[in-house]
Amino acid sequence: MNCIIIDDELSARAIVKQLCANTPELDVIQEFDNAIEAIKFLNQQDIDLIFLDIHMPGFTGIDLVETIKNPPKIVMTTSDTDFAIAAYEYEAIVDYLVKPITAERFTKCIQKIKASSFKRPVLTHNKEASIDNDRDLYINIDRRLIKLKLAEILMVEAKGDYIDIKTINQNYRVHTTLKKIKEKLPENIFLQIHRSFIINFTKIIDIEDNSVLIEKSVIPISRSNRPELMRRLNLL
Amino acid sequence: MITPNLKYIEELSGDDEAFKQNFISILKDEFPDEKSEYLENIAAKAQMEASLNVHKLKHKFNILGLEDSYHFAVTYEEELRAGSDKLHEEFLEILEIIDGFLKSI
Repeated sequence: MNCIIIDDELSARAIVKQLCANTPELDVIQEFDNAIEAIKFLNQQDIDLIFLDIHMPGFTGIDLVETIKNPPKIVMTTSDTDFAIAAYEYEAIVDYLVKPITAERFTKCIQKIKASSFKRPVLTHNKEASIDNDRDLYINIDRRLIKLKLAEILMVEAKGDYIDIKTINQNYRVHTTLKKIKEKLPENIFLQIHRSFIINFTKIIDIEDNSVLIEKSVIPISRSNRPELMRRLNLL
Repeated sequence: MITPNLKYIEELSGDDEAFKQNFISILKDEFPDEKSEYLENIAAKAQMEASLNVHKLKHKFNILGLEDSYHFAVTYEEELRAGSDKLHEEFLEILEIIDGFLKSI
């Protein structure tokens, strides 16, 4: 099993790394002290397992779970037992290790993971989002009606008389306006953050000054739209 | 008076003396930085930031076998989040003991 360790504390990473070193089935291929770098890595490489700290400054472990698409199995590591119930709301999270992690508990965790299949789970943490996962939008391109899953749309950009729809797998150019597609997009997922951009705000990786990062795209936030974006975020 | 110990670290290390020494070295580096940051935040009356420092420091309490201190830190972390640092002096005593212990090993 290829795994990565994500924890802002070097001592915590060292403990998990040592426990992995004593487990022949595990191969630690990378470690990260922040979630953003880990997400960039996960966008480029498939791995089997993540050991993930919950409490990290800025972007937490739970933020990471909610951000990555088709996540591998995840074992949460934290000092707080209080987060256990919240963690198990996410299908990708297969176990929960309370620090300091003992060798005995770690072995049990790995046995549990081995016993389960390695089919990747689907992230299901929010009933409302699950409903929208099933909703479609048909777009007309060259007289063909192409079906898009709403939940797979990352952003929409106005381009003159056209719009560019960027999805997880592909980009589409459609002859219509931003205003028209906005009417078709559910407000609980999509938000216009600039006169030329509508984003799927569940796909945000981070927000810095007046821009948001979605996958590898940096999208500007206009001053007038920023308050609504901030209002919708689950801010700590 | 609390007494830190290396029981957990020794169990984790087994026969791997190199890991043990490396891990102690990491603790010696990390702990003073976290302690300093905590003290700066307390001095600045930045209780929320100080609670994040306590969250990290309490992990070290457990590593060094200080279970009661860990539970105290859990309470203190909550109080800091609520805006109170009245347990600071007691918490500082624990930090000083750990500081001394890490310098002695």
